Amino acid sequence: MNGSAKASPSPVYFRLLNAVSNVVIYVLLLAFLVFTVVPFVTIAMAGFKTPVELVGGAFTLPKQWLFTNYVNAWKQAHFDWYFRNSVIVALPVVVISTVLSIMSGYAFALMKFDLSKVLFAIFLLGIMAPQEAYIIPLYYLLVDMGLNDTYFAMILPQIAMSVCFGTFWMRGFFAALPGDLVDAARVDGCNPWQVLWSVLVPNAWAAVSTMCVLFFIWTWNDFMIALVNVSSDALRTLPLGLAFFQGRHTANVPLVSAGATIVALPNIVVYLLFQRQFTRGVTSGTLHGQ
Amino acid sequence: MDQAQAAGSKRKFRLMPYLFVLPAFLFFFIFILIPVLNTLRYSFFDWTGFSDAVFVGLSNYRELAADQNFLAGILNNLKFIFFFTALPIAVALALTAALSRRRLWGRNIFRVSFFVSYVMPMVVVGVVWRWIYNPVFGPLNTALKSVGLQTLAKAWLGDFSLAFIAVGIIATWVQYGYCLTLFMAGVQRIDEALYDAAKVDGANAWHQLLHVTIPGIRAEISVALVTTFIAALRVFDLIFVTTRGGPGSETMVTSLWLYTNAFQINRVGYAAAIAVVQTFIILAISYFLLNRSKLQGGTA
Repeated sequence: MNGSAKASPSPVYFRLLNAVSNVVIYVLLLAFLVFTVVPFVTIAMAGFKTPVELVGGAFTLPKQWLFTNYVNAWKQAHFDWYFRNSVIVALPVVVISTVLSIMSGYAFALMKFDLSKVLFAIFLLGIMAPQEAYIIPLYYLLVDMGLNDTYFAMILPQIAMSVCFGTFWMRGFFAALPGDLVDAARVDGCNPWQVLWSVLVPNAWAAVSTMCVLFFIWTWNDFMIALVNVSSDALRTLPLGLAFFQGRHTANVPLVSAGATIVALPNIVVYLLFQRQFTRGVTSGTLHGQ
Repeated sequence: MDQAQAAGSKRKFRLMPYLFVLPAFLFFFIFILIPVLNTLRYSFFDWTGFSDAVFVGLSNYRELAADQNFLAGILNNLKFIFFFTALPIAVALALTAALSRRRLWGRNIFRVSFFVSYVMPMVVVGVVWRWIYNPVFGPLNTALKSVGLQTLAKAWLGDFSLAFIAVGIIATWVQYGYCLTLFMAGVQRIDEALYDAAKVDGANAWHQLLHVTIPGIRAEISVALVTTFIAALRVFDLIFVTTRGGPGSETMVTSLWLYTNAFQINRVGYAAAIAVVQTFIILAISYFLLNRSKLQGGTA
């Protein structure tokens, strides 16, 4: 930036140009900030309004901050259940998938075995295959297992999807660790299981926490698995609950708006708390899209 | 168990690695691999899900070739690439150029905010945008009316000529923050000396973007390409919540047509054929894009 002033033939002209381009850039950035944020802000405000007040315009502040819609959505429309269900599904998925991924990633990275290459290639298929490729037989499998319309119908497939990515992710991390670490631990008489949990995992916090956050958000946001495999309202997770709630109450815009805001909030909180993990997860080239 | 493993490791066949891999593999094997293979098998049968399945060979696939909903779906998926991939990448590149090359007040506020839409469940995104597009109360029509453009206020999601674009804009809104986050991380790797050299050569901001920034983040761009391509070819939640494929089949996509056939009108075998074709397209395109980026020397 300083360099451009020195190298330029006419400093005043360039400084002016710089000021103008700064203004242009701010306008551009602010326009996109508005584009991103305004939808959330206006829908949260709509949740505080009465249906009559809504006709007055989307951008006006509510005359009274009515919490009725939020309370009704939470209690009567069962968003409290949906929230609890989301937690009940997401927690075991994150914990189990994380442990299993660490184990298999470790084996693929640091142990030699005959089928290592073949098995790893098959795992990769699990990352690349879209949900559509298995959702139909998965439904009938869960019916046959008697698990259809239970929490397990969401938890088990989510673990299966998560460990494919997790194996790939942890293998990459363990393979990049200095070999000395593993060797030193072995010399100390640790078996592979101990090496993994007492030496490697404590050094893998960044990779493990990023993976946990990704598992969490994929499970929390999942729609199709839950839509297909769960039919009771009492088992619905937040996204599913919101989708059906919207279908039932298309006319009551403030109530639906309050519901949408309630569903959005946990994601905003989790995102703000774990920004670093989100950024790391996205920027390490994770191909597991939603 | 320790002793058994120690003894095992001295023999040729080592059991231990398999014990580490087995739990994860079992989940994957039962809930993904077997169902994937079954999808292929189902696609050769006529099956309602409860009747006896009848083997019909390739007839499901033959029917697909003439199915207006399926063809409209494929075409829409391909058209969505513009809104899922091209627009977000273009916008993200512009914002990357704006955010990365100078000290800006509030830089982190911008960075953090732009990514929020991507971490939301698609269902929330859909409901939020149904509100934006609401013909009566929605902010978009309110804004248009307030500046005297009543004639432009439309029923965006219900209008035959506008619904597709309206849904597409939602997709762009979701994807550009993701692309931006990716690109901003890439830019940090670029050697500052390259920009200095470009300036000495008299390169303006546009030339710097074209000749330093874009080549420097080629790996990130190819990741963005693959991910957003797949998102365009798979889109389901967003359509399910906003338009359900309508009006008519204006916003029909393959995933929705698959879901309808499999779980609403009980044409399970036929739905499986849709899944096979869709999966094949997705895998072929990802394979092509990933290979291409390798050939160009990208690291992705």
